[in-house]
Amino acid sequence: MSLLIGALTIGLILALLALGMFISFKIYNFADITAEGSITLGAAIAAALIVSGMNPFLATLIAMIGGFIAGSITGLIHTKFNINGLLAGILMMTALYSVNLHIMGKSNLPLMSQNTVVSFIEGLKILPNNDIAVFLATLILVTIIGIVLYLFFRTNIGTAMRATGNNPQMIRALGVNTGMMITLGLGLANALIALSGALLAQYQGFADVQMGIGMMVWGLASVIIGEAIVGGGSVAMLIIGSIFGSVIFRLLVAVALRLGMNPNDLKLITALFVFIALVIPYYTKKMQKRGVEAK
Amino acid sequence: MIEIKNITKVFNPGTPNEVLALDNVSCTIETGSFVVLLGTNGSGKSTLLNAVAGTFLPDSGTIHLDGIDITNMQEHSRAKYIGRVFQNPCSGTAPDMSIAENIALAVKRGEKRGLHAALTKSNIVEFQKKIKALNMGLEDRLDNPIGKLSGGQRQALTLLMATWLRPSLLLLDEHTAALDPKTANKVIQLTETIVSKEKLTTMMVTHSMQQAVNLGDRILMLHNGRIVFDIKGADKRVIKASDLLAMFDDIRKREQIDPSASEMLQENYI
Repeated sequence: MSLLIGALTIGLILALLALGMFISFKIYNFADITAEGSITLGAAIAAALIVSGMNPFLATLIAMIGGFIAGSITGLIHTKFNINGLLAGILMMTALYSVNLHIMGKSNLPLMSQNTVVSFIEGLKILPNNDIAVFLATLILVTIIGIVLYLFFRTNIGTAMRATGNNPQMIRALGVNTGMMITLGLGLANALIALSGALLAQYQGFADVQMGIGMMVWGLASVIIGEAIVGGGSVAMLIIGSIFGSVIFRLLVAVALRLGMNPNDLKLITALFVFIALVIPYYTKKMQKRGVEAK
Repeated sequence: MIEIKNITKVFNPGTPNEVLALDNVSCTIETGSFVVLLGTNGSGKSTLLNAVAGTFLPDSGTIHLDGIDITNMQEHSRAKYIGRVFQNPCSGTAPDMSIAENIALAVKRGEKRGLHAALTKSNIVEFQKKIKALNMGLEDRLDNPIGKLSGGQRQALTLLMATWLRPSLLLLDEHTAALDPKTANKVIQLTETIVSKEKLTTMMVTHSMQQAVNLGDRILMLHNGRIVFDIKGADKRVIKASDLLAMFDDIRKREQIDPSASEMLQENYI
């Protein structure tokens, strides 16, 4: 039971990563690998500040701001210097590795016996079971963020961001600075990803400089699973899908590990999964085309 | 009023593909005038339109719009003054977003975009009213993604969007070239209605002699990056498609002779 609750909670925390990937990948068609650096950045900032005695909520907020700055810099590298998006992300991710080491001072920073957001919720003693209390708190947080994100993408600036990803030529002709929209959007995406990292560190009780490896593909897998289950017709569907996708993916992994899958194979299988998920739509389209021609 | 002074643009300078797209072009377009830009492929007519739209910055020369120097203004900054419709029906709208959302984007052309909801009950009613005037039955389909519409419907909506806020200048870049003749006619009719009702200053690029004859009050014919004929006033009112074709032939014949010989002949005989 607690294993199941644990998997669900981590799935929800990583849903924030999935929401970040939804913004960069679905709104902007931008495969933003900054995620691997910014999820660790969020964990590192939160952990270092908490260890120094700061209020964990404030530390988590500052972690988000750190993520926003990291994403914005990727956006600036891409839009101001005309560097390919993937390369801009790789540059930022690589630079963040050193930044993260500096912030933490060492490669692993334990948070056991520190005052964290998680220990605060456990200390409230609202429910007899601490695991369920933390799970519900995470669920409420993720739901609120999902709703706020949905409303944001229906505002004037939010629709301009979506149009930037959908048809930059059109939205420039309507007076929108597309470079600015991409920079802001990547900032927002990485703020969410850093929040995910900050909460993950507090939940599992440590920050590790390696914890970002493979996280971008993990986030993508969540977005793709969610789209397959919920459908991708609208922004609302994609947001709900990303959250569900992350939770379901985490559950699948937990079950697979329980059934004896070698943990070393996890990233290989995740990558294979995303590859297949990306390839299937292409081939089904091709098959449909052939079918039409055959008639 | 648009004042274009000595605009020159060279594409791919210093390479074998170097093209002199605009060669010291100057012209003044009065407020409320509807100018048709005509010319062969590569004549520079679309390049001139794009120079005004800000797709690229010219190598030299200046462009003023209603007294404002827009020569070095970025594309999105000058969009405040300029409405545009593109040749490709896919270019002017965001395909995955709904009709209503596309219009909502256009309603804010050149204005600050904040955290207010893009769609409200009152502005949807306003959208429906204006879209109903198109007579395309789109007013009940505001929630549909705009990408599902036909090319003609999308161009009509793009035209509506470009002129929703009255632009100081309307730029039409062969906006009916990708449509079938019947649909093209409808879009042209709509263009005429909107332009004359709002008294818009308009520059339209076209391949069609018939459109050039029927529309507007002035024709600029371009060739090799220069304005070779400027037909306005009474001349424009009486001109026929056959006259324009004869002018094209004239240009073509002049081309076949060596340029220096052509210059000499012109000086001596014309």
